[in-house]
Amino acid sequence: MPKESKEKQVKKAPPRKIKKAANVVGRVMKGKGAQDVSKANLFNELESLAAFIQEARDEIASLSPQEVKEEFLPTASDELDAIIEATEDATHAIMDATDLVEAVISRTSGEDQKTLTDAITAIYEACTFQDITGQRISKVVKTLSAIEDKVDGLLVAFDDKENHSGTRESKKPKKKDVADEKVISDEDLLNGPQSSDKAKSQEEIDALLASFD
Amino acid sequence: MAVDMNMNVLIVDDYKTMLRILRNLLRQLNFVNIEEATDGAQALEVLRSTNIGLVISDWNMEPMTGIQLLREVRSDDDLKHLPFIMITAESKSENVIAAKEAGVSNYIVKPFNAETLKSKLVSVLGDF
Repeated sequence: MPKESKEKQVKKAPPRKIKKAANVVGRVMKGKGAQDVSKANLFNELESLAAFIQEARDEIASLSPQEVKEEFLPTASDELDAIIEATEDATHAIMDATDLVEAVISRTSGEDQKTLTDAITAIYEACTFQDITGQRISKVVKTLSAIEDKVDGLLVAFDDKENHSGTRESKKPKKKDVADEKVISDEDLLNGPQSSDKAKSQEEIDALLASFD
Repeated sequence: MAVDMNMNVLIVDDYKTMLRILRNLLRQLNFVNIEEATDGAQALEVLRSTNIGLVISDWNMEPMTGIQLLREVRSDDDLKHLPFIMITAESKSENVIAAKEAGVSNYIVKPFNAETLKSKLVSVLGDF
């Protein structure tokens, strides 16, 4: 392997284990051409390499990727879906109550009516939290689904025939080609709510819209 | 010209809670005829069967998104002049630009308040 290419590969790889493997391979490659290295040494080195690969497989298996895929991730997704449902139910309960209050407000007048109407409006405004939290949680559920796909890939890579239940077709939209990077598709524009420190304010959006005029 | 408070307003959102909030806020602003749809495709059906005076739509919906609905509206000779307000959590510049290029009348970012809703309605429809 050319030196440059070898260095590049080592840089990309996770450090400790791959370095160890690279050392073993390096020793094998060096020994191959040397006349004073016996075949026994070569076999020893190859055995060492095989042992390393087995060790890595065992370590990954002990992480129980199948368990992560089949138990933890779906449970987490279910819990998050339950949060969306519970907040939605709670929001509707609040709004049912405000409907009743509004009916009573219509029988009041003057300053009392205005004060109560403003309070009801504030409740409606506050209830928009459910839409935002729902969208945020949906984003997390999609991320979990992406992790599930990666775990699936890991299982396939290790040919875990006993446990692997087959790859699932990803629900995620396919990533655009690098060549298309400058073209913003409709899918690219579906980001959901941004975190509050990154989200644009209404004033910033108004200014952006005004810049078209 | 005075705003016709009896006009049909179409609100489009896949979250029933948001439809309910919008309906109530619009009712408080004295709009009495409010139609609902839960995605762009359903909204188009309403638009082609009912005389709608204003559309207020979310962006992120399936199978037809708000931006696709907006493009459909702007490419339809019977609907293209319809006031169209986007209310969405999508607050990135590219979203606002894409919406503007597609012909949005105004853009409200979630979470929003009643005052913002009213000011955008006034800017699109005139004082009421």
